Amino acid sequence: MQANALSTKKLNVYYGEKHAVQDVSLDFAEKQVTALIGPSGCGKSTFLRSLNRMNDLIPSCRVTGDIWMKEHNINGSETDVVALRKHIGMVFQRPNPFHKSIYENIAFGPRYHGVKKKADLDNLVEESLRKAAIWDETKDRLHKSAFALSGGQQQRLCIARSVALKPDIILMDEPTSALDPISTSRVEDLISELKQDYSIVIVTHNMHQAARISDKTAFFLSGHVVEYDETDKLFMDPSQKQTSDYISGRFG
Amino acid sequence: MERSVNMERSYNKRQEAKPHIAEEWVGKIYTFICIAFLVITIFSMVYFVASKGLSTFIVNGVNAFDLITGVKWNPDIDIPQFGALPFIFGSFSTSILAAIIAAPLGFCAAVFIVELAPKFGRRFLQPVIELLAGIPSVVYGFVGLSVIVPLFRDLFPGQGIGIAAGALVLSVMILPTITTIATDALSELPAGLKEGSYALGATRWQTIYRVALPTTMPQQMTGIVLGIARAFGEALAVQMVIGNAPHIPHSLFESTSTLTSAITLSMGNTAMGSVQNNVLWSLALILMLMTFVFVFIIRFLEGRKKL
Repeated sequence: MQANALSTKKLNVYYGEKHAVQDVSLDFAEKQVTALIGPSGCGKSTFLRSLNRMNDLIPSCRVTGDIWMKEHNINGSETDVVALRKHIGMVFQRPNPFHKSIYENIAFGPRYHGVKKKADLDNLVEESLRKAAIWDETKDRLHKSAFALSGGQQQRLCIARSVALKPDIILMDEPTSALDPISTSRVEDLISELKQDYSIVIVTHNMHQAARISDKTAFFLSGHVVEYDETDKLFMDPSQKQTSDYISGRFG
Repeated sequence: MERSVNMERSYNKRQEAKPHIAEEWVGKIYTFICIAFLVITIFSMVYFVASKGLSTFIVNGVNAFDLITGVKWNPDIDIPQFGALPFIFGSFSTSILAAIIAAPLGFCAAVFIVELAPKFGRRFLQPVIELLAGIPSVVYGFVGLSVIVPLFRDLFPGQGIGIAAGALVLSVMILPTITTIATDALSELPAGLKEGSYALGATRWQTIYRVALPTTMPQQMTGIVLGIARAFGEALAVQMVIGNAPHIPHSLFESTSTLTSAITLSMGNTAMGSVQNNVLWSLALILMLMTFVFVFIIRFLEGRKKL
C-alpha cells in the first residue's frame, strides 16, 4: 500500500452556475505519474487547477469538497495558499517564462521563500536546471534572456522553475500541447525522470502520451471520473464502455 | 472542358469588376490628397518655424550658443540680452517634476483598475480619469491659481507661484495619459505570466511588482514620455501659476518661466521681423526640436516593447 501524495474527496467545482467538476474523489500516489485524460471541456484542467488553488484567482469559481495533503485539508479557507503553492508546483500549457534571464527565472520562486544568499541561489539554479535536463544547454548563457530559448527549452525551464521550490507534487496542464514532437519526447523523458523525486499529475489530450508516461490514469467525462485505474489496465482492458469508446477513438 | 468554363466565369467576373476601377482611383486619389495635405502642413510648419527661428542667428547675429546657455533675458534694453536658459530650465524642471508626481500615481491607479476592481474600474474609473483629459487647460490654470498657489503660499516661503505649482498642475493634466497607457499595458499582460508567478507562490503584490511592472516597463515609459511631451508643450495653465519672471529660480516656490509661457506672454508685444520677435521663434524652434526628441524616444521605446 503506497502513501498518497494528495487525495480529493467529493471535489466539486462550479463556474458561476456551471457545475464543471462533480464529486471527484481521486487518490494520487506518491512518486508516481497520474494522467488525467478526457475530451475537451470534461473538467480535467479545472480539476487540476483546483489542486493548487489556482481557481481562487477566478472570481466566479467555487470549489467545494476536500483535498487532503498528508493530514491537512488544503481546500479550507485557512490554508496559506502562497505556502501551499511552494509544495505543489505547476507547469502550464504554454511555456510562460518571465521576461528575465534564465537565472532570474529559476531564482524567482526561491527568493520569495527565503533563499537570499547568492551562493545558495547559484547552487539551486544549477541543481534545478540539471534536474530539468536543461543545464547543458543553458549553463553558458544563464544571464541571457529566457526568450532566446526554443519553445521546448522554455517549457523545460518552466519545469526547472517549479523544481527549484523543491515541491512534493508537480501539476502539469497539457505541458506538451504547444511543443513539436522532438521537444515533446524530451519533456516526456524528463517527466519519467522527475517521478523519482516528485509526484506528478498531468493533464493530457494525447492518449499515447498518457499510456507512455503515466502509472495511473483517470478518464474524465463531463465533469465525472468515469474510470480510474492502472494505466496498463485502463488502456488494455477498460471496465467501462465509455472508456473503451474514448480510447478506441469513437468520440472525443 | 470544365476548366475552360471556370476560366470563362472568372474572366466574366473581371469584366464585371471593371466599374470598380473608377471607385478604386477615386479612393486612391482622395486618400492621397488627405495625406499630402497633412505632410505638406507638417513640413511647412517645420520650415516656417525653422526659418523664423534660425533668422535670429543668421539675420540678427545672435549667437546660438549664447541663447541656449545665457541666463539673462533683457530683450528691450539698448544692448538686448537673449539668454533662454531660464526658460529651458523651467520647461524641463516643470515637466519632469510633473512626470515624477504623475507616474507613480498613474501606475498605481492602473493597478487598481486592472487588478483590484476590473469591472468597476473599467466601467467607471477609467472613463472618469479620461474625463480629466478633456478639461480645458485654462480651467486647470484657474484652479491652480486659486487653490494650489494660495495653499503653497501658506505652507512654504515665497509667493506660492513657481515650479512646484506649475508641476503640480501639469501632473494632474498628464495623469490621464499615463494612467490610460498603464492600464492598457497591464491588461494586455498575458494571463499565463501572472499565473506562472502565482503558481510559484508569489503573492498578488509580488506578482505586480516583480512581473507585471518589469514586463510592461517599455509601455509604462512610453506613457511617461508622452506625458512629459504634453507637459512640455502646455502653455496656458503653466503660465497662470508659474509667475513668469525670466530667471532661474533658487527654490521651487519662486517665480520663473517656461519656453511656452515666455512665447505666449511676449508674442503680442513684439513687432514682426524684429529681433525680439525672431528670438521667440527661436524658442519655438527649441520646443519643436524637443518634441521631435520625445517622439523619437517614444518610437524607440515602442520598438523595445517586449510583448
